[in-house]
Amino acid sequence: MNRYPLWKNLLILVVLVTGFIYTLPNFYGESPAVQVMPLRSHLKADTQLLASVEQVLRDAQLSPEVISLDANSVKARFADTDSQLKAKDVLHAQLGEDYVVALNLLSRSPTWLTELNALPMYLGLDLRGGVHFLMQVDMKAALDKALESSSGDMRSTLREARIPYSGVSVEGDVIIVKFRDADARSKGEAELKQRFVGLQLDNKDAGRDFLLQATLKQQEKLRLQDSALQQNLVTLRNRVNELGVAEPVIQQQGADRVVVQLPGVQDTARAKDILGRTATLEVRLVDDDRQIGASGAAPFGTEIFKERDGTTLVVKKSVILTGERISDAQPGFDSRNNEPAVHINLDAVGARKFKEATRENVGKRMAIILFEKGRGEVVTAPVIREEIGGGRVQISGQMDTTEAQNIALLLRAGALAAPMEIIEERTVGPSLGADNIERGFDSTKIGFLMVAVFMIAYYLMFGTISVLALGANLLLLIALLSMLQATLTLPGMAGIALTLGMAIDANVLINERIREELRNGVPPQMAISAGYENAFATIIDSNITTLIAGVALFMFGSGPIKGFAVVLCLGILTSMFSGVMVSRAIVNLIYGRKARLNKVAIG
Amino acid sequence: MEFFRIKKDIPFMSYGKLTTTISLVTFLLAVFFLAAKGLNFGVDFTGGTVIEVHYAQPSDTNKVREELAGIGLQDALVQHFGTTHDVLIQVPLKHNKMGANLSEQVLAALRANAEVELRRVEFVGPQVGKDLVENGAMALLLVSLGIVGYLWMRFEWKFGLAAIIANLHDVVIILGCFAFFQWEFSLSVLAAVLAVLGYSVNESVVVFDRIRENFRKMRKTEVAEIIDNAITRTMSRTIITHGSTQLMVLAMLLLGGETLHYFALALTIGIMFSIYSSVLVASPLLMMFGVCREDFIKPEKTEAEEVLP
Repeated sequence: MNRYPLWKNLLILVVLVTGFIYTLPNFYGESPAVQVMPLRSHLKADTQLLASVEQVLRDAQLSPEVISLDANSVKARFADTDSQLKAKDVLHAQLGEDYVVALNLLSRSPTWLTELNALPMYLGLDLRGGVHFLMQVDMKAALDKALESSSGDMRSTLREARIPYSGVSVEGDVIIVKFRDADARSKGEAELKQRFVGLQLDNKDAGRDFLLQATLKQQEKLRLQDSALQQNLVTLRNRVNELGVAEPVIQQQGADRVVVQLPGVQDTARAKDILGRTATLEVRLVDDDRQIGASGAAPFGTEIFKERDGTTLVVKKSVILTGERISDAQPGFDSRNNEPAVHINLDAVGARKFKEATRENVGKRMAIILFEKGRGEVVTAPVIREEIGGGRVQISGQMDTTEAQNIALLLRAGALAAPMEIIEERTVGPSLGADNIERGFDSTKIGFLMVAVFMIAYYLMFGTISVLALGANLLLLIALLSMLQATLTLPGMAGIALTLGMAIDANVLINERIREELRNGVPPQMAISAGYENAFATIIDSNITTLIAGVALFMFGSGPIKGFAVVLCLGILTSMFSGVMVSRAIVNLIYGRKARLNKVAIG
Repeated sequence: MEFFRIKKDIPFMSYGKLTTTISLVTFLLAVFFLAAKGLNFGVDFTGGTVIEVHYAQPSDTNKVREELAGIGLQDALVQHFGTTHDVLIQVPLKHNKMGANLSEQVLAALRANAEVELRRVEFVGPQVGKDLVENGAMALLLVSLGIVGYLWMRFEWKFGLAAIIANLHDVVIILGCFAFFQWEFSLSVLAAVLAVLGYSVNESVVVFDRIRENFRKMRKTEVAEIIDNAITRTMSRTIITHGSTQLMVLAMLLLGGETLHYFALALTIGIMFSIYSSVLVASPLLMMFGVCREDFIKPEKTEAEEVLP
């Protein structure tokens, strides 16, 4: 009765061998490496890039241990940090601004393992060191901005349709359009309703004024918030690329938050500076006709900004375009005279607005203003030479190539749709990360040894079998974590230790049952079988309650807690397999073949 | 080797009054300390900044305080931990006018005079803490409901209710200990508390399983005796299992370092009390709810009827 059919034994063997293979990469450790990633969307990480990286490294007489190509990068592994840093410098110099060259650590595991997709566990920031930011998007600002730009559009719509109105203003979250009579208002309403589908229009009479109140529809608000968030995600990605981080994580969390994780980043000040640049871009007309008053105050309807060389500029308040309309900005050369230039691509709405604005203002100057932390600075203020359609804009004249690069970078990086604020930061230095790994590893090791010694002393042969099953559990848990590439954090390591301590419960239950049966005079073979069978229902019940806790922790936990929850849940699954199946298989192999079994060593 | 070779069942149920009183007193004490002293919430929940730095030379906390006062942080809490090389700086949210940039300023100020290595920075804004408290409460509620639901399905509502009361009693006592000693209550402690909730229900489940089995086997026995027998039979397993888990947790407590210390501490208290509560709280409660043989032998009756011609 204590024999497993062949298929069951084979299944267990296959599971254990697979587990062993996928656990292996964790033992090889890591080596310094560089990772080359293309920055522009038209560039791909392909064999050509691989070849050029190889070439550059060969020319610099650097010999990487391994050089490989994956979905979006080329990675080269080196024996020591010295050649890693050298490689980074030459690659950066040779490949230019279109590629990010980042420092990374790569597993030393042999290629046949990597080809099996067997990778070491993915360590969280608290173990490998790095920065974690949680950023909140200021949605109110995003909506305010949308209202402001709609009010401008309303003015031009009414003007184009030749409908008389006496004013358009934004008050709180309402745009108020004033008309002199009811007739003009109903015409205006019809016209505006057609153009602004996202706005809710209501009539209101106040004294002698006929008002039209426009508010954002709920649906439109949601759409605006979502697009603001998506735009910010894209912008953050670009900014992080600037930092040259190997495996950054930039993710939406909830409706208005973004998580940014930068493994291995030590210079948090620079990271914060680049990420926290709550910059927005606006394109406005320069008012060269009017002068700054004697008191230094800006004339009505204008504002004063400084150019980057320090000269002041009077700029109109109304906004032609905001940064979110800029889809790309690249440094390049003017096709006519080969002067350095910046090429800007606008999206469809931006292109239409830009066409209108340039048509009406040929010969005037246009200012591109970068707002950072509430302060605006004019990036550039070129003269409009002609009407520009099609959304392809070129800025040239009075700049060198570096200047063109800087402007392009500012235009790209400045395109945050709504300001963001860092509301949570967790930085872990590399030394603490290494200490944390050691501590987690030590406590698991010592705990395991103590449990092993106790179990073997207490249950003798069955204790030894339990410890083997517990070892199989640890193996499978690490293999699963490696396969799923779930993030392992310090609480996760605590979770490994804890699930091991809890997993022994299954074996204790079984062993106690067997002892009890033996005490009641049941023959050993029957006692073993009955022990396993009777304990099984209890094992399932008790594991499911812990699983419920684990799942709830996973659903509501954040960051480190999630890591703990993942390990807890996986650990329960592996412990049920190893505690019941693996230990039974070993028992069967040892005792199952004996026809006459008078005594078993269970203490 | 065998620790528990108990010949006769221990009459646990006859101690019912005593154990219930003890539970009630510890429970009320825990509630009292929670109310009077409150939990010492960590930066995860309250918001604020924690900076951990390592000095190459032994450091003087007074000097660190002076340096921090120099950049306008008179109210920063500065203390050594572990060694004199390691310094922990805490700045509450209300004294922090620099927001997320605080850590750079602090580090720059400290680095002006000594060799300082940054070990860890945690900055939590006010928006985050509130969410964490809400999510924690939701998780606690969900776990409780899930467990009651599962035990109801698997056994009977009386079992579910008895188990969850016993285990929430453990949770309150852990929280009471944290309030009494003013240990820092962080996110990882919350995780430990929830894990204990799931884990210690195991204990009750094992006893309940035996009670159900006994109801089926021991037809003529009194309810109290059935429960006594179930507890006595499972006692050995209870102690051994918890002992093993505690060995692991002990290793974490001693070797896991600062971050895991309170996590392991919460688990330790949880494990200790879950032994007590599953035996001496859940079972008397079950008696009080009036568990009886009819809760389980209904299906056998229908079987008997089917056999009749």
